[in-house]
Amino acid sequence: MISTTRALLGATALCAFGTLAAAQDTVTLTIATVNNGDMVRMQGLTDDFTSQHPDIQLEWVTLEENVLRQNVTQDIATNGGQYDVVTIGTYEVPIWGKQGWLAPLDDLPADYDVDDLLPSIRAGLSVDGTLYAAPFYGESSFVMYRKDLAEAAGVTIPDQPTWDDIRKAAEAMNDPDNGVYGICLRGKAGWGENMAFLTTMANSYGARWFDENWKPQFDSPEWKAAITDYLDLMNNYGPPGASSNGFNENLTLFQQGKCGMWIDATVAGSFVTDPNNSTVADKVGFALAPDAGHGRRANWLWAWSLAIPASSDAIPQAKEFIAWATGKGYTELVANSEGWANVPPGTRTSLYENQDYLSAAPFAQMTIDSINAADPNSPTEQPVPYTGVQFVAIPEFQGLGTSVGQEFSAALAGEKSVDEALAAAQDVATQTMTEAGYITQ
Amino acid sequence: MARAVSTQRKAFNTVVAWGVALLIAFPIIWTVLTSFKPEPQAVATPPIWLGFDWTTKNYHDVVQQRGYFSFFLNSVIIALGSTALGLLIAIPAAWSMAFVPGRRTRDLLMWMLSTKMMPAVAVLTPLYLIFRTLGLLDSRLGLVVVLMLINLPIIVWMLYTYFKEIPGEILEAARMDGASLWNEILYVLTPMAIPGIASTLILNIILAWNEAFWTIILTVTDAAPLTKFISGFSSPQGLFYAKLSAASTMAIAPILIMGWFSQKQLVRGLTFGAVK
Repeated sequence: MISTTRALLGATALCAFGTLAAAQDTVTLTIATVNNGDMVRMQGLTDDFTSQHPDIQLEWVTLEENVLRQNVTQDIATNGGQYDVVTIGTYEVPIWGKQGWLAPLDDLPADYDVDDLLPSIRAGLSVDGTLYAAPFYGESSFVMYRKDLAEAAGVTIPDQPTWDDIRKAAEAMNDPDNGVYGICLRGKAGWGENMAFLTTMANSYGARWFDENWKPQFDSPEWKAAITDYLDLMNNYGPPGASSNGFNENLTLFQQGKCGMWIDATVAGSFVTDPNNSTVADKVGFALAPDAGHGRRANWLWAWSLAIPASSDAIPQAKEFIAWATGKGYTELVANSEGWANVPPGTRTSLYENQDYLSAAPFAQMTIDSINAADPNSPTEQPVPYTGVQFVAIPEFQGLGTSVGQEFSAALAGEKSVDEALAAAQDVATQTMTEAGYITQ
Repeated sequence: MARAVSTQRKAFNTVVAWGVALLIAFPIIWTVLTSFKPEPQAVATPPIWLGFDWTTKNYHDVVQQRGYFSFFLNSVIIALGSTALGLLIAIPAAWSMAFVPGRRTRDLLMWMLSTKMMPAVAVLTPLYLIFRTLGLLDSRLGLVVVLMLINLPIIVWMLYTYFKEIPGEILEAARMDGASLWNEILYVLTPMAIPGIASTLILNIILAWNEAFWTIILTVTDAAPLTKFISGFSSPQGLFYAKLSAASTMAIAPILIMGWFSQKQLVRGLTFGAVK
């Protein structure tokens, strides 16, 4: 009896030890991400990863974009170590990489084929040539327009339009009596809202945020021309209350057939052509973002990317996850389970050489052309001391961009003139840059 | 004639009361309605009131995408835990301030209240560092303590106000009958102040349940409550309003039900001593 009890106790102890050892071998990665279609889809496909890596478990934290930015910044800056993989954009990567807050991704496996990443996206996610984040999906901006309305109004929108072409088309398609407005553009204040669009528009007019000595340039004729034309377009051919419209509001307007044109993120291409949600799905044409003869088009560059905080205690496992989520195999996994039209766009050259993808996504060629046309190191024709196309990659930009955005949003709402808004923008930018030590005199 | 005027006035008052009640409840009603709409109809202009294609798909998607129960359980533990701990500290504190006041009692009360005037973000980094050092990040215990501290001034103030309404002579009589301090608080004061304590408890549970700043920033997965659950359904790109509404409805439903069943206690407590 005693020996049986001992044997049972021994077996139990062995089992417990075995379970403990197995638990100790398993690593749990905490992944912070935003709530968009591609990220949600990835969460649904992670069985593929965990079956290949039974020693790694995944925990997801999905947050609203600004909340995510605040949480992750707080955690990384204080070395909290709560996250192993974070979803961040092309704005954060150069700043955080330079601060030493991110683990470099310079030893990804050979079959990851890092040279396949689109050059402009890779440049936006690197500091001094070292990659600090892997792109999950990339985007630029382009013109989406109603082919039927353009045809009925007798206008043609070329594949590479100028701002003059856009103005003429907006005027021709504008029919407010029937609830159709010539053009919908962002007006809601915010560094990632109206200022993303207005910075690219200003770039195409030859304007820049700062000169080589970090002196703000809102008092330049280029900024005045850009903002004047923007207000002219919106006041004459835009929807009412446009100063409250951001991406989602304009998406809704366009999908409901209330916009002749909309210039915004290339990722919207799949939304406006989705017959389940868009009433104009089969009537949408695409064109490159407009230019004004200054060598740059008004298109931005953004990539939601996966990075590893330097404070993570599971960096090797996090790298394995990132290699899976942003690798070629994941693209094929999505294509097999959800169709080629649903694969994350804008990260790899090979995707745009794939005929299956090109025939499934009518906006694919325009997307790759837009992304290739954006250069984060030279966003406008004049020299600049910063990187970033629709933003300036310095920590002060979130606050500054939003303050300046509020001035232009007020001008759109009719509360300020162009000159008043530009003068206020110049003042706030000068004060911010002086206080931050960029301007020394 | 006088009776007819009275009836008219009553009818008018009823209509106004219903109008105000509907106005206050409108955001919640609209959220619940939106949660049953397909995404495109959730953002339709002009808005569709009732003639939309009713669906429960949003609820299904929300639960399937992120689960619900662990967030709910964390909300319950954090709200109840912080309230219970708060009452445990606040009842003796309010008793001493109400029945054994010192020269600085009113200053002390004002100072306690003044801590509520400071923006939470002002102490974010120090508190985050303390939590990191103590290993309390993403823990229920940490949140229970933080929410208790945040709401403690309100609990003490409310209880102090209720206790002041109770005649001190009753407690003196108990003391003369030989009641110890503990018995005096437990068997004499507490039963008399039950309406006040109950309304304080309910109000504090509601405040703790809805607290979003600290619960979102100090949690990751293990201790994440329903505020974090809702936050994940807002999206920078794409349609999300119907799913967000479904998540919000699921988050407010438990507290709404609790409020419904305890409304008598809540009203009784809030009007306690209003008419002397």
